[in-house]
Amino acid sequence: MAARAITITSGKGGVGKTTLVANLGVALAMQGQRVVIIDADVGLRNLDVMMGLENRIVYDLVDVIEGRCRLRQALVRDKRLSELFLLPAAQTRDKSAVQPDDMVRVCESLQEQHDFVLIDSPAGIEQGFRYAIAPADEILIVTNPEVAAVRDADRVIGLIEAEEKGPARLIINRVKPDLVRRGEMLDIADVIELLAIDLVGIVPEDKAILITTNRGRPLAFSSDNSLAGRAFHNIARRLRGEDVPFQPLRGSGVLERIFRFVGLE
Amino acid sequence: MKFFERLLGRRHEPSSGEVAKERLRLVLAHDRTSISPALLDTLKDEIITVISRHVAIDAESVQVTFSQSARESRLVADIPLLTTRGRRK
Repeated sequence: MAARAITITSGKGGVGKTTLVANLGVALAMQGQRVVIIDADVGLRNLDVMMGLENRIVYDLVDVIEGRCRLRQALVRDKRLSELFLLPAAQTRDKSAVQPDDMVRVCESLQEQHDFVLIDSPAGIEQGFRYAIAPADEILIVTNPEVAAVRDADRVIGLIEAEEKGPARLIINRVKPDLVRRGEMLDIADVIELLAIDLVGIVPEDKAILITTNRGRPLAFSSDNSLAGRAFHNIARRLRGEDVPFQPLRGSGVLERIFRFVGLE
Repeated sequence: MKFFERLLGRRHEPSSGEVAKERLRLVLAHDRTSISPALLDTLKDEIITVISRHVAIDAESVQVTFSQSARESRLVADIPLLTTRGRRK
């Protein structure tokens, strides 16, 4: 079966796209999938450090596109999971080095031998975003429950609809349940209502993210004792088509159900 | 405290989460349609002009707003007519 290319994008920067790609890559690979994660943020690469693979890069995406190496040579195998590979971005080039067709071609050559190709889109809605969504079979929009992030997510959803790439699905990242409970943060139901697209995951804010990122070992490797780690694995299972139930987000006791869902009560 | 205020029927300050949602609702409506508040005013003025040419309306009470459902936006004009028996209200 051919691999599914899934682009993770957000419009706004800093909402957690790269962290999400790293952790979803790990979670899918731990669930037995053959996965390639592509860092499409040419000039500002970071997926390599999130994964702890920064010292093993020889070639990058632009080397592949410009024919300086074969695709296989640029893929960095994650030694912790034999079926997880990283295709790093070039650091010393800019986004004009990549065209949408290039990404389509790269993803096509990855189709045969993998199950999932996850593409970490750059922030923004310019060239980088355009080439990142070009090969996508599916698109995941990452947002935070916060005014600027939701606004930018809405803009990106509009652009994706205009390109007929959708329907995109939503991941709400960095939910702070204590703030939601006090009414000082947009809750899950608000964000879904405003953006009007399907939800595929809710990830609570978790200090463990910072700590595991410091060490270059994504949280999803040790998911058992963390809320966010479990959330990543649940999203991975949903991407594979498994029906991991969401608690109802509307009706009486909305907040309680969400909190129970994210495991805080 | 808030609980007692609500119990006594006093209006409570909306929480910042509620404020965020209301502000987003408006901002998204404008972003999605690329109709600015200024353009909305222009539309309203011209609608009043055109309709007044044919029927008597209460120009002061005309409202032109967005309504939003799922990812569809629509422009809603509420135009009170003046009856022959005089102004409404």
